[in-house]
Amino acid sequence: MKLTLKIWRQGGKYKGEFVSYVLDKVSEHMSFLEMLDVLNEELVEKKETPVSFEHDCREGICGSCDMVINGQPHGPMRGTTTCQLHMRHYNDGDTIVIEPFRAKAFPVIRDLVVDRSSFDRIIQAGGFISVDTGQAQDANNTPIEKTTASEAFDAATCIGCGACVAACPNASAMLFTSAKVAHLSMMPQGKVEAKRRVQAMVKQMDEEGFGMCSNVTACEAECPKEISVENIAKMNREYISAVFGSETSV
Amino acid sequence: MKLDGKVPPGSLGEKWTKYRSTMPLVAPNNKRRIDIIMVGTGLAGASAAATLGELGYNVKCFTFHDSPRRAHSIAAQGGINAAKNYQNDGDSVYRLFYDTIKGGDYRSRESNVHRLAEASRNIIDQAVAQGVPLAREYGGLLANRSFGGVQVSRTFYARGQTGQQLLLGAYQALSRQISLGNVEMYNRHEMLDLVLVEEKDSNGKPVKKARGIIARNLLTGELERHAAHCVVLGTGGYANLFYLSTNAMNCNVSAAWRTVRRGALMANPCFTQIHPTCIPVSGDYQSKLTLMSESLRNDGRVWVPKKEEDAKAIREGKKTALDIPEEDRDYYLERRYPAFGNLVPRDVASRAAKTACDQGLGVAPTGLAVYLDFEAAFERYGKSKAHATGLHNPSMETIIDLGRKVVEEKYGNLFEMYEKITGENPYIMPMKIYPAVHYTMGGIWVDYNLETNIPGLFVTGEANFSDHGANRLGASALMQGLADGYFVLPYTIGDFLSREIRTPKIDPKQPAFEQAENDVRDRINKLLNIKGDHSVESFHRRLGKIMWEYCGMSRNEQGLLTARQLLRELKDEFYRNVFVPGTNEEYNPELEKALRVADFMELGEVMILDALNREESCGGHFREEYQTEDGEALRRDDEFAYVAAWEYNGWDEEPKLHKEHLVFENVELKTRSYK
Repeated sequence: MKLTLKIWRQGGKYKGEFVSYVLDKVSEHMSFLEMLDVLNEELVEKKETPVSFEHDCREGICGSCDMVINGQPHGPMRGTTTCQLHMRHYNDGDTIVIEPFRAKAFPVIRDLVVDRSSFDRIIQAGGFISVDTGQAQDANNTPIEKTTASEAFDAATCIGCGACVAACPNASAMLFTSAKVAHLSMMPQGKVEAKRRVQAMVKQMDEEGFGMCSNVTACEAECPKEISVENIAKMNREYISAVFGSETSV
Repeated sequence: MKLDGKVPPGSLGEKWTKYRSTMPLVAPNNKRRIDIIMVGTGLAGASAAATLGELGYNVKCFTFHDSPRRAHSIAAQGGINAAKNYQNDGDSVYRLFYDTIKGGDYRSRESNVHRLAEASRNIIDQAVAQGVPLAREYGGLLANRSFGGVQVSRTFYARGQTGQQLLLGAYQALSRQISLGNVEMYNRHEMLDLVLVEEKDSNGKPVKKARGIIARNLLTGELERHAAHCVVLGTGGYANLFYLSTNAMNCNVSAAWRTVRRGALMANPCFTQIHPTCIPVSGDYQSKLTLMSESLRNDGRVWVPKKEEDAKAIREGKKTALDIPEEDRDYYLERRYPAFGNLVPRDVASRAAKTACDQGLGVAPTGLAVYLDFEAAFERYGKSKAHATGLHNPSMETIIDLGRKVVEEKYGNLFEMYEKITGENPYIMPMKIYPAVHYTMGGIWVDYNLETNIPGLFVTGEANFSDHGANRLGASALMQGLADGYFVLPYTIGDFLSREIRTPKIDPKQPAFEQAENDVRDRINKLLNIKGDHSVESFHRRLGKIMWEYCGMSRNEQGLLTARQLLRELKDEFYRNVFVPGTNEEYNPELEKALRVADFMELGEVMILDALNREESCGGHFREEYQTEDGEALRRDDEFAYVAAWEYNGWDEEPKLHKEHLVFENVELKTRSYK
């Protein structure tokens, strides 16, 4: 099929603008990123600068790929990262608009590549259980109810891609932050420092310049791992009880 | 050069405990003064960096990714082995040790493998303490499943995302050390050279020690010098040499290879693992291959049509799998290996798939695919579910429907992924699978301390050669990465560092650093100035084709000689005609790729030589000249029970072979049989 791509170019000779490219022989079996590989190879053979985009595992798990396709982070398929999106969902003659994830806390590095290190700093603020190597007891000493473990797992599947932020009109990072808060505070091992954790992570999230949550829930709709907004409710509850109900303040 | 594995004395079961309890330590006040560079943040790197930070060392940690959480360990699906014996099925440290030695076709070091089996138990404890949500039973205790090549159930898992959950555990431990200031993190930095500094040893003899690295800031192109008392690599394997593999796009060998160019040895590079169950190649544009977890072979049956004309009709789209009656299907793994059936180890399953396709029985348009069929599992689970829910005399349709739901609970995410990629519904049509390069057992040579022949250079995880011999068993990669990082290196590194407590801070302004930085700059300029006509990608693709064709699932002398010739021609053309756009002083992924492909080509030649040298078949290395009458691998222990460690000094010099003879004191070398 023949496609027209309108891609955001920024950096080098581009100040920040959409550039149009026409691709002739796109196979329906290609993945979306393989389609961009073909474009880039054409550009390189023409001695032009290829389009920069972040990608790595191409299996939907590393969280590297980040682009907004026709207005939707990771494109039109529910529960699917850009790398797992295939061209069979497009038709001959389509125009596809491709942009980076846009948020104040995700500055653009080049073209479609943005800086998401703010996510790392939120985790560093408290997204862990304070246990040193070698301090653990036998793994079966603390039974954990199957459904609890399973719910914690659902929250823990976050791949840290940032689609939730890109989808949110306020560029809020509540889904990302709450997924980690919920995962850890559901596990008995993580309950001990739960009050400290939620305060520290929320504080860092605010400092990074992410917006407030106004319950639009676009984050859940666009999340490639379909992480539930219930986690946000859990975090809010946890936060309020930590701030007003405990001695620990961060 | 004599290779000393430095295996401590004592009986197998006591070596590690005794060694660990008597080795020299570095006191806390001295740890604060010692700098360690850690390159890589996968399971091995992140766990080591975190643990070393906890111990009080100053750690500088590097990754080329935008965040440590993206390392390719994250993509591991199936699980992690541990000799917990929670299932009461006869598992033990010794059995895990034995299975790993046997699975590796007797080409690994006994002492290292036993230590790995011992540490496996601590890993599960540690992961659970970190909050890793491993799968559980209704009683709240941990669940297990089975993997290939073993007869116990010792694999712990978190649905099909075990690697992700374990890596996030290690990433969180690392993040904690970053926040405490014990680890300084350098994201988007790629190691491009190792710096050796010549010093005098205690006898006044000159010795070159690893004292730093040259890293390129991938955002600005700036070359940075980083100095430390020692350097640790956890940079993964080299499967991307084949272009198409299940590795992530950016996995590369460059950091490890640069240490080889500074004198480290590349051990057993021809031991590459081809995973039997991957989604087959569909077109020339394809950039990578996707794995379907080995756990699927618990329930899926592998088959091809018995008749060539049926296979041909399927390839031409005139028939489908559903048109082939039961009696015309060849469940070849069950037929050839009745004891292990569909759960034979990876090397055996892969070769059997190739044999079937070579006989013209492949079922994809390319001729390169076999079926992985869940129909029998649907029926089995469906019947049991119907029984459990009190359904009497259910129709076959109802049974299959119920069975599909059970399979969905177990493998839903994998079935979904298959459908996304191929556009075919695997609940109706059997999956098409074919082997693909997945993991590399070979790697940098290390001794028992995980230290290379260069003092002060340590290598962990997939990047070293040490634990899997000629073939890795499923769910053992995660085990090794975390064992090395959490429970081995943090101890063994003390052997070197206890002798360095008087060494002051290493100065990166000294000439050795300047020289290394200039070498890197020259390499970069050389590539940028070729200004040829073809993309780096096109060369990488051609490299992969040569290696897969002649040094892939089966190898022979003639083919390997041809491959060497073709590779040298490709290398000449690359240095004449590659086009790398842009400059060094900017974010330039094409330049990153060019540097990596240049290193892959050099390694390719050593891999070919290693495959030529190893005149036997073992594990992932199958030489057509050495097979039994019924086509099984023929090992030659008398001549080849050694580790082949290669010294490499560039295209103009013949690589030099060094041997470490493997001593087996506890297991008897047997022909590996899964029949």
